[in-house]
Amino acid sequence: MVKIEAIIKPFLLEQVKEALNTIGVTGLTVTEVRGFGRQKGHREIYRGAEYLVEFQPKIKIETVIPQERTEEVVETILKAARTGKIGDGKIFVYPLTQVIRIRTGERGKTAI
Amino acid sequence: MDSGDTAFMLISTALVMLMTPGLALFYGGLVRTKNVLATMMQSFICLGVVSILWVVFGYSLAFGPDKGGFIGGFDWAFLRSVGTDPGPYAATIPHLVFSAFQLMFAIITPALITGAFAERMKFSAFFLFTILWTTFVYFPVCHWVWGGGWIGKLGALDFAGGTVIHINSGTAALASALVVGKRRGYRKEPFQPHNLPLTVLGAGLLWFGWFGFNAGSALTAGAVAGVAFFNTQVATGAAAVAWITAEWIKVGKPTTLGAASGAVAGLVAVTPAAGFVGPLAALSIGILAGLFCYGAVLAKEKLGYDDALDVVGIHGIGGLWGALATGLFASTVYNSAGADGLFYGNPKQLLVQAVGALAAIVYSFVVSWILLKVTGALTGLRATAEDEVQGLDLTQHSETSYVL
Repeated sequence: MVKIEAIIKPFLLEQVKEALNTIGVTGLTVTEVRGFGRQKGHREIYRGAEYLVEFQPKIKIETVIPQERTEEVVETILKAARTGKIGDGKIFVYPLTQVIRIRTGERGKTAI
Repeated sequence: MDSGDTAFMLISTALVMLMTPGLALFYGGLVRTKNVLATMMQSFICLGVVSILWVVFGYSLAFGPDKGGFIGGFDWAFLRSVGTDPGPYAATIPHLVFSAFQLMFAIITPALITGAFAERMKFSAFFLFTILWTTFVYFPVCHWVWGGGWIGKLGALDFAGGTVIHINSGTAALASALVVGKRRGYRKEPFQPHNLPLTVLGAGLLWFGWFGFNAGSALTAGAVAGVAFFNTQVATGAAAVAWITAEWIKVGKPTTLGAASGAVAGLVAVTPAAGFVGPLAALSIGILAGLFCYGAVLAKEKLGYDDALDVVGIHGIGGLWGALATGLFASTVYNSAGADGLFYGNPKQLLVQAVGALAAIVYSFVVSWILLKVTGALTGLRATAEDEVQGLDLTQHSETSYVL
């Protein structure tokens, strides 16, 4: 099993969710996050004061899938979340040791 | 006695009262999440503190029988001889109604100053300073201009309090920013306003309440009130547009905070002129108020004092411009009880306006400075470093604004 974590542009969340739905990814966790990479920050102006806000707002999505679907899911996110401009985000892939469904106690792939 | 005038003044008084909670929202939106309640409290509680002072000796010091042009004395302490019959200031309404109307002005003036020392002053220090400042600065200056004191006798025009309220509080704000010092982290970390929608709502309530402030200052429901009402609208709208236009040119984006700040700048500047000038003058006063106050706010960044919420730039500079503009644009066509200004052949009026404004600036700055030092010696001015970082809501009031 694999956990996919992707940092994406907030306005593309719907598109990414739809694309993952279409290929049958059944669960998704979404978090509003802030951070910076190559895009760095943005400027905010309040009366006379200008601030460089270093952390950009982004969306983090997390999903768990069987290992053999890794490439398919990564490709799907890549396609849906790419604008080609700086700040499109990143995808992280982690090996996962266990998944447990709390309601039934099922473990492993059947719990995904 | 006139029932129409009395009804109008009761409504105007309630409108001016609403400005102080409006100011609390305006300021509350501009501070960080950890200081929202402490900031709002410093405006809101003035509604209580100043009301007590007013009854005990405040109204008497400000409006009681004149003592040497400087102060009203204690003849009317505890509102002695202030009752249901008209007083010497307004012939058609109960004396108590006039006193209530003026009370609302006395409440909002110290509340305005709190923007300068926001996010770092201890509540105890604010509380003591507010009592001292209202007593030793507001009541005398109010007396000088409106209570039969020397500035009024000189012939200075201040329709609704440009000098008494805005120059006065703006100057005290400058003294406060200098004596209290900068907020911890000033210019090292961003101080982003935590909730600008609150600020815009507050600006809206201030604008609405200001119709009572300016039109009500006519003290009768007549033509002069109508002139003041109209001028208030025109100057305020024009100042908001002027401010965002200047921003748009300077930094590339018109901001919501700029629109709200410009509106307040326009309200401030038109205040002394409202019942003495025509609508075209109000338009000019408003446009220039937006530009001057935006410039003053930019200048603060260069000068480096931490007037946290720009009380000096908006109320001080806006008030000063309004006082001088009244000396330029005043015309007896709109108010026969007023005077003509420079543009209507009376250059002396401008001089008189400048003298009144300068007197208020010098007196307010010096006495505010002294009172801050006295407060500092008695209670200390600032929250401890740890409390300031933790936030004033929790450390001064044991509350938090938002529980998520």
